[in-house]
Amino acid sequence: MSRVVLVTGVADGAVARTARLIAERGAESGIEKVVGVDTTLPSHELGSVKFIRADIRTPVIGKVLAVEDVDTVVHLGVAPSSSRLRSTKELNVIGTMQVLAACQRSETLRKFVLGSSTAVYGTSPRDPAVWSESGTARGGIRSGYPKDTVEVEGYTRGFARRRPDVLVTILRMSQILSPRSSAPLAAYFRGPVLPSVLGFDPRLQFLHLADAMEVVRQAASHDRPGTFNVAGDGIMLLSQCARLLGKPTVPLPPVGLGSAFTRVARLVGTETSPDLHRLLTYGRVVDTTALRDIFGYEIRHSTRQTFASFAGALRPGLLHVGVR
Amino acid sequence: MNDDLRTIGSAGRPGRGNRRTSPSAAARDLAGGAPAGPARKKNGGERPRLRSVTDDDAAAAAAAAEETASGASGHDHEQHEPRLEELLSALLSGAQRLLGEDWEERLQGLTAGLAHRLSGDYAVDDFGYDPEVVALLDHLIEPIAEKWFRLEVRGIENIPSEGGALLVGNHSGTVPVDGVITGFAVRKHAQRSLRPLGADLVFALPFVSQLARKLGATLACADDAERLLTCGELAAVWPEGFKGVGKPYSERYKLQRFGRGGFVSAAMRAQVPIIPVSLVGAEEIYPLVGNIPSLARLLGVPYLPITPFFPWLGPLGMIPLPSKWIIEFGEPIRTDAYPAEAADDPMLLFNVTDQVRETIQQNLYALLSDRGNPFI
Repeated sequence: MSRVVLVTGVADGAVARTARLIAERGAESGIEKVVGVDTTLPSHELGSVKFIRADIRTPVIGKVLAVEDVDTVVHLGVAPSSSRLRSTKELNVIGTMQVLAACQRSETLRKFVLGSSTAVYGTSPRDPAVWSESGTARGGIRSGYPKDTVEVEGYTRGFARRRPDVLVTILRMSQILSPRSSAPLAAYFRGPVLPSVLGFDPRLQFLHLADAMEVVRQAASHDRPGTFNVAGDGIMLLSQCARLLGKPTVPLPPVGLGSAFTRVARLVGTETSPDLHRLLTYGRVVDTTALRDIFGYEIRHSTRQTFASFAGALRPGLLHVGVR
Repeated sequence: MNDDLRTIGSAGRPGRGNRRTSPSAAARDLAGGAPAGPARKKNGGERPRLRSVTDDDAAAAAAAAEETASGASGHDHEQHEPRLEELLSALLSGAQRLLGEDWEERLQGLTAGLAHRLSGDYAVDDFGYDPEVVALLDHLIEPIAEKWFRLEVRGIENIPSEGGALLVGNHSGTVPVDGVITGFAVRKHAQRSLRPLGADLVFALPFVSQLARKLGATLACADDAERLLTCGELAAVWPEGFKGVGKPYSERYKLQRFGRGGFVSAAMRAQVPIIPVSLVGAEEIYPLVGNIPSLARLLGVPYLPITPFFPWLGPLGMIPLPSKWIIEFGEPIRTDAYPAEAADDPMLLFNVTDQVRETIQQNLYALLSDRGNPFI
């Protein structure tokens, strides 16, 4: 049986590499063709992936599904907002709705993989120390990217109810740190100094890009229905991260709901969003037992290894003392 | 260990200790060893009494006040200017008193540890528990617990040497110092780490949340409790919560409502024993005589304490009164005798909750009559 995989959001470098990985190793599981769609031209080499310039916010995506006989959709077009893209919410939520609407009409579709984020758990002091997949957010999902992910997952669950014959995999990825990533947290760590919240030392978890790509590939090529947390083993405190980078932290009082935080962050040349500020206050850690036991994937890079390789690619900070 | 566990209602006297094999006597021996250690005392081995301490404090405070006054007034008393040697010797004796006779080695260890910490290359677990910070803090807590509060630990043999268990205690003291001291007692006498379960307010407050996480505390919710217990950790919970810590002095040692029985279901699901912990002494450290509810609501805290000394004496009023503390770890209450679905039976949960509460209350009364005057 020949299979066709559609990947959304391939203009992003990491997504483009994921699409290429699926195409390169597709022969193992009978994947014949990988189609990538996005609104802008991809910045990365796509290799054997067929690129179609289509806006997922329009019904055009339905036509792509029908013309290409797509049987697996890998929806990776949900991205955290940055100031450059004002229309992120539009792209995240409306784009997902359109994709799901097209999927519901499709007769050839049998698998849907959603690249979600652990942001769906929100961030608040009432959070359990370690989230398992059954947990629901207790705060910190009222705006921005966390709200987007909650809505996107909600629509996806609705789709799964209406099309029970389609296998739905939701991958809740932790913070992906890679040297070339433009994600908010990676940008934050690139700043010369790290603004932090006075009196809080959040627990953070990182995911290596290679692990993220491999998990998505396995979800696309094998049948792995369900919701899974994806994160590197172990945790790191923000203070540990700062010391490993050799960058000074600037503790700012937590009052004023992060306005001072944002101002200082802008002063030193990094962008912060309210959800990043919350993350840097309370932190977030997820349990990956289900990924190991049910999905059957062993994470290869721990949080610490991921951060060390990220830090190795950066210039040493002002206070760098350690031996690398 | 397991043979000593008894199911409730099986004619055992849960939490009271078995009088025949006299665990409490053994515990007294154990605890009796503790005060024997500190031979170096300010008043020649005499137990610190309230009167002498406050006199010392007052004298010191008066001297300090005089010093600052003379400094402020300028050139009147130039002969009082402290010299370098005096400062140095004061510093050395201070270090000696703080760190003990072998203070030089200890200080070296501390600086080496500091360099190691500064590199950021140390491990914490998923909950943020940092054993190095805990070991450091224990040096600070030890004199407070053993010299100031004259801590006595009973029934330490009731804490299993391995495997999970849920410690359930009474909560008191306006500021939850009792949790910190209980953790210290378990670490010192049972050589196990204790993971306290705290209210969400703890994790919303700056500095407090940071320290609590490093001490191994986590949120008192079913997810975290079960995760810790199934991992074989010792968790501790104070089901009275703020109702217990913030109750007025007139209601001391009267247990408040014991939560909603969530701790029992967590222990049952994880199939670990419940160990009732009765702590006497914390009620007297900050006698709560009043509350400012309006200001407390403004600040978002459950109560704002007024004690006979706070806020009247300012920071001096924050010094806890030196009451005599006794912690008794009661006989474990087994939960693995119940079937797995028992955790979903609310009536059973209420019954076990009441049983635990009653055990702790009875132990408290026994300990109180044992202790007598709280400040002697």
